[in-house]
Amino acid sequence: MPYEQIKFYQVGSFAAGNRLLDPEQRSVQSGSERSNTLTCGHRACQGCGEALGARYALDAVMRATKGKMIAVNATGCLEVFSTPFPETSWQIPWLHSLFGNAPAVATGVAAAMRAKGRTDVRVVGQGGDGGTVDIGMACLSGMFERDDDVLYICYDNQAYMNTGVQRSGATPPAARTATTPAVGDEPGNAFGQGKNVPLIAMAHEIPYVATATVADLRDLEYKAARAMDFHGARYLHILVPCPLGWGSAPGDTIKVARLATESGLFPVFEAEAGTVTGVSPIRRRVPVTDYLRTQSRYAHLFHPAERTKVIARIQAAADRNITRFGLMKDQTNDPERTGVTHSGPAGSDPAEGS
Amino acid sequence: MLKQIEGSRAVAETVAMCRPEVICAYPITPQTHIVEALGAMVKKGDLAAEFINVESEFAAMSVAIGASASGARAYTATASQGLLYMCEAVHNAAGLGLPVVMTVANRAIGAPINIWNDHSDAMSQRDAGWIQLYAQTSQEALDLHIQAFRIAEELSNPVMVCMDGFLLTHASERADIPAQAQVDAFVPPYQPRQVLDPSDPVSIGAMVGPEAFTEVRYLAHARMREALELIPQVAARFTADFCRESGGLVRPYRTEDADLIVVGLGSVLGTVEDAVDELRDTGMRVGVLGITTYRPFPARAIAEALSGCGRLVVLERALSPGTGGMVSADIRMALPAGPAMHTVIAGLGGRAVTRKSLRAMLTQAAAGALGPLTFLDLDAGLAGRELARMRDARRSGPSAENMLRDLGISASRIG
Repeated sequence: MPYEQIKFYQVGSFAAGNRLLDPEQRSVQSGSERSNTLTCGHRACQGCGEALGARYALDAVMRATKGKMIAVNATGCLEVFSTPFPETSWQIPWLHSLFGNAPAVATGVAAAMRAKGRTDVRVVGQGGDGGTVDIGMACLSGMFERDDDVLYICYDNQAYMNTGVQRSGATPPAARTATTPAVGDEPGNAFGQGKNVPLIAMAHEIPYVATATVADLRDLEYKAARAMDFHGARYLHILVPCPLGWGSAPGDTIKVARLATESGLFPVFEAEAGTVTGVSPIRRRVPVTDYLRTQSRYAHLFHPAERTKVIARIQAAADRNITRFGLMKDQTNDPERTGVTHSGPAGSDPAEGS
Repeated sequence: MLKQIEGSRAVAETVAMCRPEVICAYPITPQTHIVEALGAMVKKGDLAAEFINVESEFAAMSVAIGASASGARAYTATASQGLLYMCEAVHNAAGLGLPVVMTVANRAIGAPINIWNDHSDAMSQRDAGWIQLYAQTSQEALDLHIQAFRIAEELSNPVMVCMDGFLLTHASERADIPAQAQVDAFVPPYQPRQVLDPSDPVSIGAMVGPEAFTEVRYLAHARMREALELIPQVAARFTADFCRESGGLVRPYRTEDADLIVVGLGSVLGTVEDAVDELRDTGMRVGVLGITTYRPFPARAIAEALSGCGRLVVLERALSPGTGGMVSADIRMALPAGPAMHTVIAGLGGRAVTRKSLRAMLTQAAAGALGPLTFLDLDAGLAGRELARMRDARRSGPSAENMLRDLGISASRIG
């Protein structure tokens, strides 16, 4: 059954949707009781997708756990911009240890809670893509494999932003970073490298894996809350555009995230025990160039001349995602879907499963 | 209760009595028997603890960090490469002021890979901010664990209990295993200074810039200074409760009238004491000073213990290439205008430190004929031939393998 009966198509503002909903159906973010886990005053850049994603996700977890949550944070932007002591933006118990060990530290917190009989307290580990897909991968895989009772959230902005935009294992092909500069015959990041951690997480057959973006608040909130329905290892991978590293306009963060999904480059889905149980269908498909053009990290694909072969390879990757995850399955020009889409949470309609 | 028991097993049984709530386990020789035994106790239901089989030593210490910061008593054990692999988290636990207790079953560090005992591993972490206690016997190893939990939690600082790999971990010896009630009386429940708690949320592990970093580090040093006061108190209380001496800062042996004193750490002290007894029988005035607490470095206690002697031999179980001995440097700091000092590197990678070699070396030292830095029982011919090969050919090949080929013996031969 759907967890939300109605979901309005998002156009950049959730205000309209919320006004039309009953209070109990409104998003966590629009609620007067949202916990503001990451409260204002932090030092994230203007338009930071990670700050947004973290607050969206953790506020939803806070509601799901009735405020009984402990968070463990990997080193990275989120850690640095949130805790320039004596200021801290965290209104939750929060621990930062190292760059590569957040999943293991979270395991330790969960073990302590079990040892103390505090099963009501839930544990979230979180980090950026560098801390997750690269340096934290061994600890993450270990936490998955043991099925420790931890929700791990990766805020994926596709490079090491905190250190100045260096390539990570999550950096997409052709993207310019400080260590994959836009020079030479094949500017930007190489094709055929990197890793897809949501799929790696699924290969561990952990109870719940999901992807989300900051463009779809309700879907993100649903998935963060849904993750708390399970015990054991859970993984939530949230695409969080980084205006600084991507070279996008700070005001376009939501739009860029939406284009990532609408182009098929970032498939939004959820999976239980290693099997995809639902996807968020693409409502209005766009060519990848619509997405790429919003970001100067891809500027070399368009200037001085359009690199059509490279763009075609990126488009092919998007097309493959669309086929692989069935992202266009029920998009059959249904006129009723133009204004309001009843997708519910992904997975609510069995026909959407792949 | 007296038992004939393997050192690892004795430590495991004692650690269990200290009621750790979270135990992290990753196998590495020669530490493995300790966590195996603890795992079995948890699995059988004899010990109420969370036993986490982690994927690396880095994760082991990280899990311990998370558990300790959440108010749970956390324990792990490691050795050698494992200690180095967790190094970043070792420093982090100390920096966060988390009272994790860890056994280090001392073993050499590669390359060349070597599973046998020396102190290279623990010595490499001497500046990590952990209290380091070195056990002389299996009995002391288990006793030090009981004291370690108390010291760690009172100071909110992690403690490393170092016991020589194989020599203590695998030797079956007589040990007095305490009763649970005794340990419970000695190790009160963990009352954390800082804890992750949803009812009182705090941020732990924030970035600290130049405005306070020095002061935070100063406090780490202040905790260590406090430890120098606390450790002897805990040892004294231990003696009162358990009716035997264990722990403390230093342990002098026949030093009262000694002209020559040997300083050392760990199980080698037993052999050194035997050698000293034999030399005393010949009329030589020689004594031993065992360092039980190496970090914090008990400079005053050492200076007092060594004040009367004219000559020192520092027996080092680890090498700082290009310098010599790490303990020697610390001792020189404690005795800036002190006696003549000789550094003797001994027992690297499991090479036996024999009474015969010690007697010869100490006799030489007493005669003033020992150099400032000596490698005990060095096969100078073997090393010299490899140096010659390196001189003769640029591409002389891997030295370790060349020397084994030269010797014509298996790498696994001990002694």
